[in-house]
Amino acid sequence: MTTLDSSKEIQKSTPEVSKNHEDFRMFGLVTFLIADGMTFAGFFAAYLTYKAVNPLPEGAIYELELPIPTLNTILLLVSSATFHKAGKALLKDKNSDSQKWLILTAFLGIIFLICQLFEYFHLPFGLTDNLFASTFYALTGFHGLHVTLGTLMILIISWQTRLNTGRITSKNMFPLEAVELYWHFVDGIWVILFIILYLL
Amino acid sequence: MTISIDRQKDNHQRLQPNGWLRYFSFSLDHKVIGIQYMVCGFLFYLIGGTLASAIRIELASPMSDFLPRDVYNQFLTLHGTIMIFLWIVPVVNGAFGNYLIPFYVGARDMAFPRLNAVAFWLIPPSGLMLIASYFVEGAAQSGWTAYPPLSITTPQSGQIIWIISVLLLGGSSIFGGINFIATIIKLRRPGLKLMQLPMYCWAMLGTSLLVVLSTPVLAGTLILLSFDIVAHTGFFNPVLGGNVVVYQHLFWFYSHPAVYIMVLPAFGLVSEILPVHSRKPLFGYTTMVYSIMGIVVLGLVVWAHHMFTSGTPPWMRLFFTIATSFIAVPTGIKFFNWVATLWGGKISINSAMLFSCGFIINFVFGGITGVALAQVPFDIHVHDTYFVVAHFHYIVYGGTVFIIFSSIYHWFPKVTGKMLGEKLGIIHFAITFIGFNLCFAPQHWLGLNGMPRRVAEYDPQFQFVNQISSIGALLMAISTIPFLVNIFLSVRNGKDSGDNPWNALTPEWLTSSPPPVENWEGDAPLVVEPYGYGDSFSQKNKKI
Amino acid sequence: MLNKNIYLILIISCVFGISFWIGFNVNLLPAEASINAPIYDELFKILFVIGLIIFIGMTLAVIYSLFKFKRRKDEIGDGIALEGNLSLEIIWTLIPSIIVLIIGIYSYNIYDRMGGMKELNHSHEMMSSNNEKIWAGISQSSNNDIANNNLSVEVSAMQFAFLFNYPKGEFISGELHVPVNNKVSMRMESKDVIHAFWVPEFRIKQDIIPGQPTILNFTPTKIGKYPIICAELCGPYHGGMRASIIVEDESDYKDWFNKNKKTEVDL
Ligand code: HEA
Ligand code: HEA
Ligand code: CUA
Ligand SMILES: [Cu+2]
Repeated sequence: MTTLDSSKEIQKSTPEVSKNHEDFRMFGLVTFLIADGMTFAGFFAAYLTYKAVNPLPEGAIYELELPIPTLNTILLLVSSATFHKAGKALLKDKNSDSQKWLILTAFLGIIFLICQLFEYFHLPFGLTDNLFASTFYALTGFHGLHVTLGTLMILIISWQTRLNTGRITSKNMFPLEAVELYWHFVDGIWVILFIILYLL
Repeated sequence: MTISIDRQKDNHQRLQPNGWLRYFSFSLDHKVIGIQYMVCGFLFYLIGGTLASAIRIELASPMSDFLPRDVYNQFLTLHGTIMIFLWIVPVVNGAFGNYLIPFYVGARDMAFPRLNAVAFWLIPPSGLMLIASYFVEGAAQSGWTAYPPLSITTPQSGQIIWIISVLLLGGSSIFGGINFIATIIKLRRPGLKLMQLPMYCWAMLGTSLLVVLSTPVLAGTLILLSFDIVAHTGFFNPVLGGNVVVYQHLFWFYSHPAVYIMVLPAFGLVSEILPVHSRKPLFGYTTMVYSIMGIVVLGLVVWAHHMFTSGTPPWMRLFFTIATSFIAVPTGIKFFNWVATLWGGKISINSAMLFSCGFIINFVFGGITGVALAQVPFDIHVHDTYFVVAHFHYIVYGGTVFIIFSSIYHWFPKVTGKMLGEKLGIIHFAITFIGFNLCFAPQHWLGLNGMPRRVAEYDPQFQFVNQISSIGALLMAISTIPFLVNIFLSVRNGKDSGDNPWNALTPEWLTSSPPPVENWEGDAPLVVEPYGYGDSFSQKNKKI
Repeated sequence: MLNKNIYLILIISCVFGISFWIGFNVNLLPAEASINAPIYDELFKILFVIGLIIFIGMTLAVIYSLFKFKRRKDEIGDGIALEGNLSLEIIWTLIPSIIVLIIGIYSYNIYDRMGGMKELNHSHEMMSSNNEKIWAGISQSSNNDIANNNLSVEVSAMQFAFLFNYPKGEFISGELHVPVNNKVSMRMESKDVIHAFWVPEFRIKQDIIPGQPTILNFTPTKIGKYPIICAELCGPYHGGMRASIIVEDESDYKDWFNKNKKTEVDL
C-alpha cells in the first residue's frame, strides 16, 4: 500500500521538536475558574428565578442591612489591590515587601470572614426560615468557602515568598500569580453577589 | 516559565512501578490511565448490564414478581447512573481521550498528568460507594434524574450517597475536561495547526467545553438538593415554599449537554475509524469541525425539551422545540459526510467497520425519534413512556456503545500489539445488532400505546411485546461472551499485529505497538494530513 | 450516465412510496377518543413518513456502499482521494434545515390547534378564589356551543391514587366520569410528589406538580372506559397508580351524577 511509505517521508522531514512548551498551568487555572464561575451562575439563576416566581409567604423576614456587606465589598476590593502590590514587589525582587503585602491581604480576607460571621449571627432569620434565607446562606456560604480557601492559600504563599529560602521568587512567579487570579475571581463573584443579593 | 519534557520524564520514571502492577497504581502515564479508565468502565458496564438484565427479567411478566417494587426502582436508578456516569462518560472521554489525544497533538503526555491520575482515581471509589449504598438502607430510588420532592422523601442515606458519588464523578469529569482543553490547545506539537488535528481532537475539545460549562451547574444543583435532604431547607420542597421546576431546569441544563458529552466523542472516534477502513480521506473536514461546534452551541440551549409536560409557558415550549429540532442539521451534516466517506472507498468489512456502520444506522433511527420528541404536541403523549426509553437506548447503546466496541476492535492492536479474532468479532456484532434491535425497537410501540417508564408492573396486553424485548436483552447479554472470549484468546496468544496493521496515517500508528513510555523513540512526527488516504496521495505529498 | 440517473430516481421514488404506504397504513397508536387525538395522529403520520424516508434512505446508502465498495480479496491500493464537495455539503445542510423548518411550522400549527397557544381564561370560576399562579397543560377545548356547558372536576393526586372531586355535586369519586362530547375542565393538584395525568387514548399528558395547581381541558369524543395512568415516577407503587375515565352518553352520566351527588343542582 502506498500511503504508509509516503507518511514515513513526512516523518523524516520534520524539524527538531523543541523540548520546551510554554506554560499552560495558568490556562488550566482559567478553565477551572470558568467552571467554578458556572457553579455560581447556577446559584444566581436559581436565586433570580425564585425571586421572580416564588413570592415569600406573608410575614417572612428577609430584610438585609447594608453597612456590613458594603464594608465587606470595600475590604475585598482593597485586598485585590494589595495583592496586586505584592505581585509588583516580587517582580522587583523585593521579597519582604511582597510578603508584607500578602499578609495584609490575608488579614483583609480574615476580617471579611469575621464580618460575614458577625452578619450571620445578627441576621433575624436562620437557614431554614424561608426560601430567601436558604438561598442567601447558600450563596454567601459558598462564596465564604472560596474566601476561606483563598486566605489559606495566601498565607501559604506569603510564607513561601520569604527571603532567601522561599520557593516563590521573581523567577518562579506562578504560585503567586495563580492565587492572585483566583483572588480577583472571588472578588468579582462577590461584587456580582452583592449587587444581586443586597442591592436588587 | 517553562516546563521541560525532560523533567516530566524524570517524574515518570520515579513514580511508576513496572509491569502489570502499574495498572493498579497512581500512574502518570496517559496510556496507563487510558487503559485504567477502559477496564474500570467495562467492569461497571457489566454491573450496569446485570442490573438491566434484572429489569428485563422483571418486565417479562406483567406482575411485579421478580423484584420488590422499591428494589426495582433502585435497580433502574443504579442502572441509569452507572451506565451514564461510570461507563459511557469515563470510557468515551477518559479512556480513548487519554490514550489518543497526546498522540494526536504530538505530546508525550497530557498537560497535567497528576490531575489526570486524580481524575481517574476518583472514579472507582465513588462507583463502589454508589453500589455499596444498596446494602445500607437501599440505594437511591428516584431515577437517575432524582426529581424532588420524591428524592427528598425517599430513604435518605441512599440518596445522599448517590449525590456524593455523582458529585465526585462530576469533579472527575471537570478535571478531565480541563486537561483535554489544555492539552489540545496548549500542548500541540510546534508546527501543528488546529485545522490539521484528527477529528477526535475537535470532538474532545467540544465535549470538554460542554463539560466545563455545564457540569458545575449540576454540582451546584446537587449541593442544594443535599441541603434540602439533610438540613431541611426548602429550595426544591414545595411544602417549604420551594420550587421543583427550578431543579428540573438546573438539572437538564447539565443533563442535556451530558447527552452530547456521551455522543460527541463517539462522533470523533467514528471519524477516525471510517477513513482508515475505507481507505478514503474523511469527507468534508471543515464542515465536520463546524458542525461539532454547532452542536456544542445548540446543545447548551435546548434543555427544556425534557420538561414539556411540567407547566412551562407556551413561548418557552416553542423556543425549545425549534432549537432542539435544529440540532438535526449539524448532526445530519456529520452523518451525510460519513456516508460520503464510505462512498467510493475500498472498504474492508471487519468488526470495526461493521460496528461503525451499525452505529450510523442505529443513531439515525434514534435521532429521528429524537426530532419527533422535540415537537411539543408529539412529546405530550409520549413523554415518560417507553418511547423515550427506546429513543435514548437507540442513541446511547446503538450509538455510543457500538462505537466503543468498534473502537476496541480498531485500537486493540495499538494497545497490545495483538490482533483480535475477526470471526468472533463478527459473531459479536451480529448477536449485538440483532439483540439490540429486538430489545429496543418494540419499546416504541409500547410507549405509544400506553406503557409508562419506570414501572415494575404493567397491563397484561403488553406482555408479549415486553417478552420480545426481554429476549433481545438476553441476546445482548450473550453477545458479551464472544467479545470477552475474543479478548482473552487474543491476549493469551493472539496473532502479532505489527506496528500498523491497518496502514493508518494518524499519528498514534506511527510508533511501535504497543508504544514506548514516552510515545515516540525520537521526536513526535508532524502529521499535517491525518486523512491523506487515496490513490493520488503519494503524488500530492511529493509536492509538499 | 442517463441509466444511472434513472435508477436513482427509481430508488428514490420507491423509498418515498414505501414510506408513505407504511406511514399511512401502519397504525401504531391506540384508539382516538378525544378531539385532540385526530390532530395528534395527523402529526404522527407526517413525522412517521418523513422519518421513514430519511431512515430508509440512510440505511440503503450505508448497505449499498458496503456491498458496492467492498475490498476484493486481491485488491490493494486506496479509494479515491476525495476530500469534500462544497455543493454537496451545502445541499445536505439546506435540505435538513428546510425539513426541520417545515416540521417546526407544522407542529406549531398542530400545537395551536390543540389549544397550546391559548392564554388561560382567568375569569373561570374555579380559579378566581385566590391569585396563586396557575399553569395550563396543553389540550384544546372545543370552541362550539357545548363548551359553555363545561364541566369542572378537581383532581387530587397523591401517593398512589387519583381522587376526583365534583364540586357541583359535592362528592368525591375514584373514577372519572364524563359525558361524551363535552368540554371537561380539570384543576389538578398534587398532595405530595410529582405525578402525571395521562390518558393515552386522549393523547394528553400533564405533570401534576406540588405547589403548582394546573388546569387541563379536554373533550372526549368516544364512549368507553379508558385508563388514567400516572406517568411520573412517584415512589414504589408508581406502576400501580391507575384510575379509569369513563366516557358515557349524556343520560348515563346524569344518572351516575344524580346517584352520587350530595346537594341538589341542575346540570
Ligand atoms: C447520547 C445521548 C443522546 C443524544 C445524542 C440525544 C439526541 C437527541 N435527543 Fe435525546 N435523550 C437522551 C439521550 C440522547 N439524546 C436521553 C438519555 C433522554 C432521556 C432522559 C430521561 O428522561 O431519562 C433523552 C430524551 C430526549 C427528549 C425528551 C423526551 C421526554 O422525556 O419527553 C427529547 C425531546 O426533545 C430528545 C431529543 C433529542 C434530539 C432532537 C436529539 C438530536 O441530537 C438528534 C439529532 C440526530 C438526527 C436527527 C439523526 C441524523 C440526522 C440526519 C440523518 C439528518 C436529517 C434528519 C432530519 C431532517 C430530521 N431526547
Ligand atoms: C447510558 C447507557 C445505557 C446503556 C448502555 C443501557 C443498556 C441497557 N438498558 Fe438502560 N437505561 C439507561 C441507560 C443505559 N442503558 C438510562 C439512563 C435509563 C433511565 C433510568 C431512569 O429511568 O432513571 C435506562 C433505563 C432502562 C430501562 C427502563 C427501566 C424503566 O424505566 O422501568 C430498561 C428496560 O428495558 C433498560 C434496559 C437496558 C438494557 C437491556 C440494556 C442492555 O443494552 C445492557 C446490555 C449489557 C449486558 C446485558 C451486560 C452483559 C453482561 C452480563 C450479564 C454478564 C454477567 C455479569 C458479570 C460477569 C458480573 N434500561
Ligand atoms: Cu404517581 Cu407515578
Ligand atoms: Cu435532551
